[in-house]
Amino acid sequence: MAFPGALPLAASATTNLFAAREQMAFTLAFHIVLACLGVALPATILVAHYIGLKKNDHDAIELAQRWAKAMAVTFAVGAVTGTVLSFEFGLLWPHFMERFGAAFGIAFGIEGLFFFLEAIFLAIYIYGWKRLPPWLHFWSGVPMFVTGIGGAFSVVAANSWMNQPQGFTLDAAGKVTEVEPLKVIFNPATPYEVPHMILAAYMVVGFLVASIYAVGMLKGRRDRLHRLGLLIPLTIACIATPIQLFVGDTAARAVAEDQPAKFAAMECIQKTGGHQTEYIGGICTSSGVKLAIPIPDLDSLLVGFSPNTKVTGLNEIPNDERPPVNTFIHLAFDTMVGIGSGLLLLGLWLAYSWWKKRDIPHTPWFLKAVSVSGIGAILALWSGWIVTEVGRQPWIVNGYMKTSEAVTNANGIWGAFIFTLLLYAAIGTIAILVLRRMSKRWREGGEGTAEDEPAPYGPEATA
Amino acid sequence: MSTAAAVILWTGATFYAIFGGADFGGGFWDLFAGNAEKGERPRMTIQRSLTPVWEANHVWLVFILVVLWTAFPDAFSAIFTTLYVPLVLAVLGIVLRGSGFAFRKSVEGLQERRAAGATFALSSIVTPFFMGTVVGAIAAGNVPAEGHGDAFSTWLQPLPLFIGAMFVATSAYLAAVFLVGDSRRAEDREMEVYFEKRALGAGAVAGIFAVVGLVALHSEGHYVYHHLMHEGLPLVIISAVCGVGMLVVLATGGRLLLRPLAALAVVAVIWGWFVAQFPYLLPTSLKISEAAAPDATLSAIFVVFGIACVLVLPALFLLYFLAQSDYLEHDH
Repeated sequence: MAFPGALPLAASATTNLFAAREQMAFTLAFHIVLACLGVALPATILVAHYIGLKKNDHDAIELAQRWAKAMAVTFAVGAVTGTVLSFEFGLLWPHFMERFGAAFGIAFGIEGLFFFLEAIFLAIYIYGWKRLPPWLHFWSGVPMFVTGIGGAFSVVAANSWMNQPQGFTLDAAGKVTEVEPLKVIFNPATPYEVPHMILAAYMVVGFLVASIYAVGMLKGRRDRLHRLGLLIPLTIACIATPIQLFVGDTAARAVAEDQPAKFAAMECIQKTGGHQTEYIGGICTSSGVKLAIPIPDLDSLLVGFSPNTKVTGLNEIPNDERPPVNTFIHLAFDTMVGIGSGLLLLGLWLAYSWWKKRDIPHTPWFLKAVSVSGIGAILALWSGWIVTEVGRQPWIVNGYMKTSEAVTNANGIWGAFIFTLLLYAAIGTIAILVLRRMSKRWREGGEGTAEDEPAPYGPEATA
Repeated sequence: MSTAAAVILWTGATFYAIFGGADFGGGFWDLFAGNAEKGERPRMTIQRSLTPVWEANHVWLVFILVVLWTAFPDAFSAIFTTLYVPLVLAVLGIVLRGSGFAFRKSVEGLQERRAAGATFALSSIVTPFFMGTVVGAIAAGNVPAEGHGDAFSTWLQPLPLFIGAMFVATSAYLAAVFLVGDSRRAEDREMEVYFEKRALGAGAVAGIFAVVGLVALHSEGHYVYHHLMHEGLPLVIISAVCGVGMLVVLATGGRLLLRPLAALAVVAVIWGWFVAQFPYLLPTSLKISEAAAPDATLSAIFVVFGIACVLVLPALFLLYFLAQSDYLEHDH
């Protein structure tokens, strides 16, 4: 025992690891929904705004105005939860940042730039209603669309790098000595992770906004505003969904190739070989998958378009490098794919009805399906991130640094986590209450009410 | 090259201190504006000048964090493993403040508005105070290069606590001066006088804290004190001259020089701190050059910073211009 202090330090790091991971997972799950709104809501708003200006459609303008005001609230909350994440890098994972900040951090510089621009143009756009000439005002909102995508690109590129780290040289002590920023940003996982997340954001936002209007229509509010409020976001989401399934399929193949341990956990593959069975649902055990629906050869077929395709199993991964909670990862993956497929069917239903009679399906079952699609898309989003993040464990930087080496040994992590849970629960509740009240005021006030609705970033009420 | 990265870091800190500081100060005056009736007008004035530039001001903090962890990962880790207590308290303030800002306009009823407003205002004091203790602890040389300094004794000391109080007073002073400017522009005589008094009071208190801080620095952080009084002396003098000059302009009712002088007084102190602890990032355990990331990373930061200057600054000026000018206040 060269270091007498090493033992208690290690003990505290172990208990901290679980608390820190839970805290990170919880705050990320909370933030990612708000981040989706920041990424994909601008396009949704601008489509409504464009229709409104082009066709002199008051309902569309009204929708754009309402969504922009709602976005101001979610953006302000998202800025807060995003800042919390920046602090958490240092507070929870100081040794990760210490060793890899020089490489990992670069993408966040670019993200900061996009976030900054989005904040500025959101303020200009919200401030500009009725104050800027109509088309100039429309164009003042377009940078939000670009910066939303740019911001998502940079953050997800940073995450991709954690999965497929490259572009740095380590010295004997494990310190980063050389960095190639472009290789860091454009790592092998970037081409599939980034579009997968951006499309996910468009699906979450499209289905979520549409679901709000579907609920309204089910309550008998069948005016044109509700129809348009359902159709614009739902169309965007239904266009994104088939592309997403294609991108996701490509991503899964790339993961099988580049991150075999994660893929084996996703599909519960125990032994390397060809003719792998695809298991739907079930419980993963070392002696095979229980209670699942097995489809022989399908997994090999999906990975390499041939039943003979060899897929790596967990038996080839050293014991201490296997992802934990295999069943959880597997079910998360199935949940994501299952919900995605369900949403694809919903889109086909809408497309068929539109092709036949230029209208949405008239059965209330369609509206019921749309009204749960938003929550469904969020569940799929969370499931996908569980697969990516839990599936990479025990690594924080795949193959280079374990999460247990990265965690802080500060005291009080559990207390901070419980406090965070309570605080975020309060913020989440208030945010939903505030948005519901805004919508109630607009509904009761009729058209034009949203114009005077005070919002963060916006001008003061004139009253 | 590492020095250039440190200059970028301090530039971010300067912008955050001026604009973010004025934001915090707005919250400070909101808190002490009295009951709902008495405080209505000043609160309105504060909100009107805060609202449109809110997020843009806040982003400077994110900028500082990102540059710190990318360009100086060792220092980032050392600071966060040592000063996590004040950092958690500061981030708690940021969460409450941001949420208060997000919700205060949308909530109904006096009671709720008051709760949201009070959260916003109270956290406007908590955040700069604990950030000040972090800066104070760094300047005092209490953060070891390898990190894991004591969780409490590193910042629960006179100097960090004085610096914390100085941050609060400086924020209040900056905000009051900015609000005097806004009121003079809007020809609102009542609010002008109201904030003039407060600018004088806060300026005096900030000045006293600065002197007390110097004394504490003398006894605690020898290295930084010594260099502040030598290499940093011109900047200390500039700050003092601007501070006094600002008081003169305030008294004579001038408008043009008011804000630049108030801002310069603060800028000079920040750069005085930089010069005083040069070449150290964490005096006296970690030099800037030792803490710096590889050159390619620093270059990437320069590129990002360059693009930011080209894209963000014009957009930011446009926003300040739109918010400050009357252009947006008339219907088209």
